[in-house]
Amino acid sequence: MIARAWILAGVVAGLLMLAVPASARDWPVSETRLDNGLHVIVREDHRAPVVVSQVWYAVGSSYESRPHTGISHVLEHMMFKGTKNLKPGEFSEIVARNGGEENAFTSRDYTAYYEQLAADRLETAFRLEADRMHQLRLDPDAFRKERDVVLEERRLRIVDQPVAAFGERFNAVSYPVSAYRQPVIGWSEDLHGLEIGDLRDWYRRWYSPANATLVVVGDVEPKVVFELARKYFGPVPGGEDPQPPVDRHMSAPGERRLSASDDRVRVPHLSMAYEVPSAATADDMADVYALEVLAGVLDGGDGARLAQRLVRDQSVAAGVGAGYSPAARLDTRFSIEATPTSGTSPEALEAAVREQIAALRREPVDGETLERAQNQILADHLYGLDSMFYQAMRIGRLEATGIGWEWLKGFEAGIRGVTAADVQRVARTYLTDDRLAVGVLRPGGGNGDTDEEAE
Amino acid sequence: MMRRIMLALCLIVVASAPAWAAPDIQRWRTDDGTQVVFAATHELPIVDVRVLFDAGSARDGDHPGLARLTANLLLEGADGLNAGAIARRLEQQGARVSTGSARDSAWVSLRSLAREANLDAATELLARVLAGPDFPANAFERVRGQMQVALRHGRQDPGTVARRAFMKALLGDHPYASPPNGTEAGVKGITRKQVEAFHRRYYVAGNATVAIVGDIDTRRAHEIAARLTDGLAAGEAAPALPPVPPLKASRTVRIPFDTSQTHVLIGETTPVARGDERWPALYLANHVLGGGGLVSVLAERMREQRGLSYSSSSSVTAAAAGGWFQVGTQVRNDRLDDALKVLRDSIDEFRSKGPDADRLALARSNITGSFPLNLDSNRDLVGYLGMIGLYGLPTDYLTRFPQRIDELGRERVAEVVSQVLSPGRRVTVLVGPAGVIGADEAADADGEHGGGA
Repeated sequence: MIARAWILAGVVAGLLMLAVPASARDWPVSETRLDNGLHVIVREDHRAPVVVSQVWYAVGSSYESRPHTGISHVLEHMMFKGTKNLKPGEFSEIVARNGGEENAFTSRDYTAYYEQLAADRLETAFRLEADRMHQLRLDPDAFRKERDVVLEERRLRIVDQPVAAFGERFNAVSYPVSAYRQPVIGWSEDLHGLEIGDLRDWYRRWYSPANATLVVVGDVEPKVVFELARKYFGPVPGGEDPQPPVDRHMSAPGERRLSASDDRVRVPHLSMAYEVPSAATADDMADVYALEVLAGVLDGGDGARLAQRLVRDQSVAAGVGAGYSPAARLDTRFSIEATPTSGTSPEALEAAVREQIAALRREPVDGETLERAQNQILADHLYGLDSMFYQAMRIGRLEATGIGWEWLKGFEAGIRGVTAADVQRVARTYLTDDRLAVGVLRPGGGNGDTDEEAE
Repeated sequence: MMRRIMLALCLIVVASAPAWAAPDIQRWRTDDGTQVVFAATHELPIVDVRVLFDAGSARDGDHPGLARLTANLLLEGADGLNAGAIARRLEQQGARVSTGSARDSAWVSLRSLAREANLDAATELLARVLAGPDFPANAFERVRGQMQVALRHGRQDPGTVARRAFMKALLGDHPYASPPNGTEAGVKGITRKQVEAFHRRYYVAGNATVAIVGDIDTRRAHEIAARLTDGLAAGEAAPALPPVPPLKASRTVRIPFDTSQTHVLIGETTPVARGDERWPALYLANHVLGGGGLVSVLAERMREQRGLSYSSSSSVTAAAAGGWFQVGTQVRNDRLDDALKVLRDSIDEFRSKGPDADRLALARSNITGSFPLNLDSNRDLVGYLGMIGLYGLPTDYLTRFPQRIDELGRERVAEVVSQVLSPGRRVTVLVGPAGVIGADEAADADGEHGGGA
């Protein structure tokens, strides 16, 4: 039985369309909007008696400008430092006592706060989140201490990590004008200059129900969730719906290079990034799906082109990855990150990557390659449903970037509809030299790959 | 029915925990002695499988990196198929396969659609990979090279440098001292023959555990487990490891590194292995000290009160042959002395007095209440099932663990902490600028550190 299925699969694999089960296609969610503008989205998942609650504010580093970069992230830290009703740290303690886990994250387009709890404790999360949506107490002493904590976070994540420090600079080169050029954690000089009044303004401006989305996924009934939301978030004053800053756009700005060496570096690193549309900025959504499939052709797993050709056939890359995430408010990047094998120069690796991109522009991918990429993307889409947290993330990210969760409803058809000609077309349109930034990080001062560990 | 009984138990025994039923776990052995642990979950049409072998770096012998290299090579060629063919066939089915290894085990993970044709094809291919890896010579050279590049890359990360130095100082010449990703010299010296011999000895049915979670019934789970292991030699389980020894003396390892923060690790070995009845108490105690996120003692003292550090935490690990306890932070260089005093005082106080009663109650309700959160996905569950099989834990472990936590009183927790931790024998690792950390101890001979010139 098993053996026969195996032979069958081996013979006709190239002809079979992978069937994605209906549960992944339908994506049932319920939603409502409170009078004060808060958007509430509920997705039922009754596998375990737990729930995840996330509050998404449409504000992040792409809303910032100098000298206030990093302010969204600092405010995220301050959201745990007490309100008119809660002492500093009490928020976390209440969630912990209720058997929950909580934290927050800040990105380019959003700041999000979450709690994971037993489903019958959802009310606790709502009570706490509604409170800090409008009652935050921004204390100057707590702020000074927390800014020190953020500076330590910056040292840990970026300053002392040569690849991350390089990535921060490369990011600014790859986005010559867009607000995405700013690091989420902020430039160090700006962090030092932040004042409590800046945070108060930022909080007043962006933390309103009309600028937020509440996403709940778990073992809950939507009707009950809506009632609870009205009870706790309903009394939060509405405020105006703030408009996100308009991007100063510059399309195809010309090829740029960043070359850096660092004494701490032991292994060279290559970054390449093409400026491409996101699901929010694309004129034609077909381009977005085609770019997703193109990413799958290059890096959908070990069978994909980059692993096959650069790692195994040519042995020029010790590691290589390509990625495209369409959930962004502004034009975004199609990125390739690679590490050369010992004895391969970053330039040789760059040339090999460019050749793979050129091949995509030159000729359409074959049917088997296309279908494998599509199958893998759709299977991963289904596997994503295994995590309640990730389901909530998908919804929240699409809402906060202005794309809307409904985008998921068309996802399967969109991916399935991509043809080899589409992949070639987007390669020709977007993976062009005048949209490309190349960054090379090298070991400085004799720390090259001849430097062996002595034993 | 099952669920209602469990629920009643929970309400009686775990009054503070939410009502919760652990998944129904089934367990059996194949004819060749492989342990199988299975839980059916029907909400999503997917299946997760993990095949584990007692073939982690504790079995490296004199060749650090041998276990990892063997695991890494499994998908690089088998039964006449090359790496690209294996990967493409799996991807065509929408399957995801990966390999990994740690100190106690090496594993292959499969995630597949539950649909019969897809799952059968993926299972069949995985069985061929497990039973007949070819370890092709060119793949061997390439993957060994990749591991060396990764190790060199690790030397530019102060956190990695600190963790490696810590485990080395802690574990001395115990088999656990061999790092899961090897050493540069060790990996360089490995031969293909050694990999083949390692596979022959340890990738055998008698040394394997199969964990399965997903949208299939028990009959199918039996078929899959049998198919995955029927190409393996029967073989024997790996012999027990010697117990992790207590530290003989305190020691400070200072590694100069051009960083703006100093990385600090302080800790010691413990006799608490997987299955030790003191584990829940130690786990609970650690949650109070530094395992409970922002509400733990260390986070409060280091971050909330003093703004010294972004991350300060502690952890306890229980492995097959013993365990270890560690406290870690990263602190700006001009505040290192303050940070070391806070950390050392906190550990000493914790060891001598045990956790504070209020904090203990908070930790207890957090652990018992949040336990179901650890099991809300198939991926989490297959990890736990693999652990239960690998370490021979009781089948009701997932139900019992939160109950045990809930039963623990302050005195018992304090007693275990004072038994398990020494009065002050500890390893301290400092990675930071020479002028900050001092330099009274020569750099370790294997030179797995460095950084700035």
